[in-house]
Amino acid sequence: MSKKKEGPHVESRMVVASRDKTIGLVVRYTIIGLALIFALFPVLFIFSSAFNPTGQLSTQSLIPRGVDSVDKLFTNFRALMVDDLAVYPFWNWIGNSFFVATISTTLTVLITALSAYSFSRFRFWGRRSMLLGILLIQVFPNILALVSLFLILQDIGRLADAIPQAIPALSFINWHWLDRFSLDSLGGVILLYMAGAMGINTWLMKGFFDTIPREIDESATVDGATHWQTFWMLIFPLVRPILAVVGILAFVGTFNEFILARTILRDKNNWTLMVGLFNFINSDFNRDWGKFAAGALISGTPVVILYLLLQDQIVGGLTSGAVKG
Amino acid sequence: MMSTATSAAPPKRTPSGLSVNPIWAFLTYAGLALFDALGIVFIIGFFTDDNLAMAAVFTIIVIGVNIITFIPSLYPLRWMVPGLGLVTLLVIYPILYTLTTSLTNYSDGHLLTKQQAVILLRKQKYIPPDAANYKWDAYQLESGTDYALWLSRDVNGTAEVEFAPQGQPITKVDNPPTDAPASYNGYRKLESKERAKLLTTNPIFGVGDDTAQISSRSNAARPLSPRFNYDAATDILTNAETGDLYRADDKQGAFVNAKTNEVLAPGYRVVIGLGNFSRLINDPGLRGPLIEIFTWTVTFALFSVFTTFSLGLFMAMVLNDPGIVGRKIIRSLLIIPYAIPGVIGIMVWRGMLNQNLGIITNTIANSFGVRIPWFTDATWAKVAILLVNLWLGYPYMMLICSGALQAIPADVYEAAAVDGANPRQRFWQITLPLLLVTMGPLLIASFVFNFNNYLIIELLNSGNPPMPNTPTPAGYTDILISYTYRLAFGSNRGADYGYASAITIIIFLIVAAVTMFQYRLTRRWEEVGENV
Repeated sequence: MSKKKEGPHVESRMVVASRDKTIGLVVRYTIIGLALIFALFPVLFIFSSAFNPTGQLSTQSLIPRGVDSVDKLFTNFRALMVDDLAVYPFWNWIGNSFFVATISTTLTVLITALSAYSFSRFRFWGRRSMLLGILLIQVFPNILALVSLFLILQDIGRLADAIPQAIPALSFINWHWLDRFSLDSLGGVILLYMAGAMGINTWLMKGFFDTIPREIDESATVDGATHWQTFWMLIFPLVRPILAVVGILAFVGTFNEFILARTILRDKNNWTLMVGLFNFINSDFNRDWGKFAAGALISGTPVVILYLLLQDQIVGGLTSGAVKG
Repeated sequence: MMSTATSAAPPKRTPSGLSVNPIWAFLTYAGLALFDALGIVFIIGFFTDDNLAMAAVFTIIVIGVNIITFIPSLYPLRWMVPGLGLVTLLVIYPILYTLTTSLTNYSDGHLLTKQQAVILLRKQKYIPPDAANYKWDAYQLESGTDYALWLSRDVNGTAEVEFAPQGQPITKVDNPPTDAPASYNGYRKLESKERAKLLTTNPIFGVGDDTAQISSRSNAARPLSPRFNYDAATDILTNAETGDLYRADDKQGAFVNAKTNEVLAPGYRVVIGLGNFSRLINDPGLRGPLIEIFTWTVTFALFSVFTTFSLGLFMAMVLNDPGIVGRKIIRSLLIIPYAIPGVIGIMVWRGMLNQNLGIITNTIANSFGVRIPWFTDATWAKVAILLVNLWLGYPYMMLICSGALQAIPADVYEAAAVDGANPRQRFWQITLPLLLVTMGPLLIASFVFNFNNYLIIELLNSGNPPMPNTPTPAGYTDILISYTYRLAFGSNRGADYGYASAITIIIFLIVAAVTMFQYRLTRRWEEVGENV
């Protein structure tokens, strides 16, 4: 990097500079190449494993071997999506994941938008403490809270028997609808996801609401609009693009969540995609590798495409304080 | 949390009451009535189920929602009602639960309340020496496997007969036949040769305090008595057979023999105050692994932030040069690891690093003749975790750094160039300090996230390789949170929720302190005091 010598000959300086520039470019592209190998090697490995008909971890190589027909290329996919459905209800897992992520994201966005609007627009006693409280609650290590979350869902399930026993007059209602929010239920998982995501999303959205000038609200109020009308007809349409980003982040976060889902969901028909794929591979790492890779490819691709298309907006959302969870 | 509102806003935005629109008002109150009704039903249900904690939580939620609805000055909180309800039940209550658990000895062997423990201990039976002897005949359910006994004895010349099925009350047989009948109440009499199985299992007949068992010594059936008698006034269990006294020790949460110090199992749950906290400071067996785990947790979190930030910043700077062809595509390819679901990414790495079958391990072994023990050697296991975490985390840093780099005004660099600063000086004295200002809070958030990054530790290697000779299971790559998880849910050496909760509280204090610091930092730097 020592191009310090300020010679009088402009020409030779230019030669040196252009040689330095070439070296610089070569170095840069080498670095980029190495980084790409590091980043993409595992991705290539998923691809090749997914299409490798032998299906075992021990027989993997980057270029699939033993592919003598197009049919063989899809051995793992066929096993996963057609042949082994009795053992691994793969389509159920996909359905469950989409169901859980869609419902919890929609409700989270709506509920947190309301809270965030209030934090952004009203000044009330205890507001700052509440905001700080939300932030602190968010960092509580919720792994241990798993015990109590597990018990809470179990307790809700027990109500199905306890209520008709306590109030016989109400036994005409089938209280077993509560089972849909108990252990081993998607409803229970949705409740936990909504509560867990509340804090960080409230902060995120409050930040966005703060950027919308309050004059808009004030002029609406002067015109006789209630707060609700202001929120629903003026502010909400304005923040809709941002709500979409928050929604996508929340959707991907819930879609990829693993620990809570594994604790709550027991029956393999109720598993989400991540729990299913994990259990799949965890029982016998070698044997089911190919099918795992095929499943990973199917479940990872939509998310990756979503990220790549929306990377700029997502970065905007992330820098507002969220860390990948 | 709930508070009276003082409106600092102009008078125009005083809370607009529900009376403005009668339809709205009706919908609100109808909804509230429905919510209250359901809430009260739930509370009654929880009471019936003896679940006072959940009853209390729901009571607080129902009362809170009503207060917020009916007091006009709490109008801002009305917007938060659904969120507050969810957070109270599923975030705050679990935190309080953990906090209270950390003050108890809740663990395997201490899962029950004292009352439940006494009931369970009273179920232990023995045959008192003065028990009567009965002659017996064996029966078995015609449709089932349960046995029953036909018990007979002679009381002052008259035969007294009772029928004792397994798990059901013993009944007296009025006007009994001289010999046991071939069938009785759906039970059929067993032949002598069929009794062998019954004798080997030797079950207890009857239920509650009225039970009997076949005495193996005398081959007669004899009534059983509870082994322990509980005296609530003195809080002492007496062993009826030996006469030993077991005094309730509410510090330890168990009944203890005053003479021999023998402890009866099961014990029960008691509040032991800060006992769990002092245990982790004073017990050398626990302290040893804990210090090691704590050191690794901090190292892991710091290193993860440092490596991901360094690589992310480096790549962002490389790609910041407009001369690079295909910048956008390269950037997109480089963030793919971030977009891949974490579970999948970690499991793929676990497969690639597999000791015997992994493609990376095999390639290195074939090229250099060294088979790296990625999962079984403490140091290599740590390297593997940091490597995988770097892969997972650097794209995030790269994305944010490139945003921050572009936000640095060009004239700063021009001024530096005029002053004759070389590239290195420009980096250390302009780029990095300015970046750290914007990135500081995010780096701290990343530290906090990694401090509790249970997923990568658990999925990649489950904290292995294990540390030898620790009183509770611990591994060399365990961080505090995974160690705690093992303490609470680890089945092989007994779950200890109390101790695990105590560590959780400590983790929380550390992380909360760091977060508070970050919060103050953000506020000072961004001067958002007006809005926050």
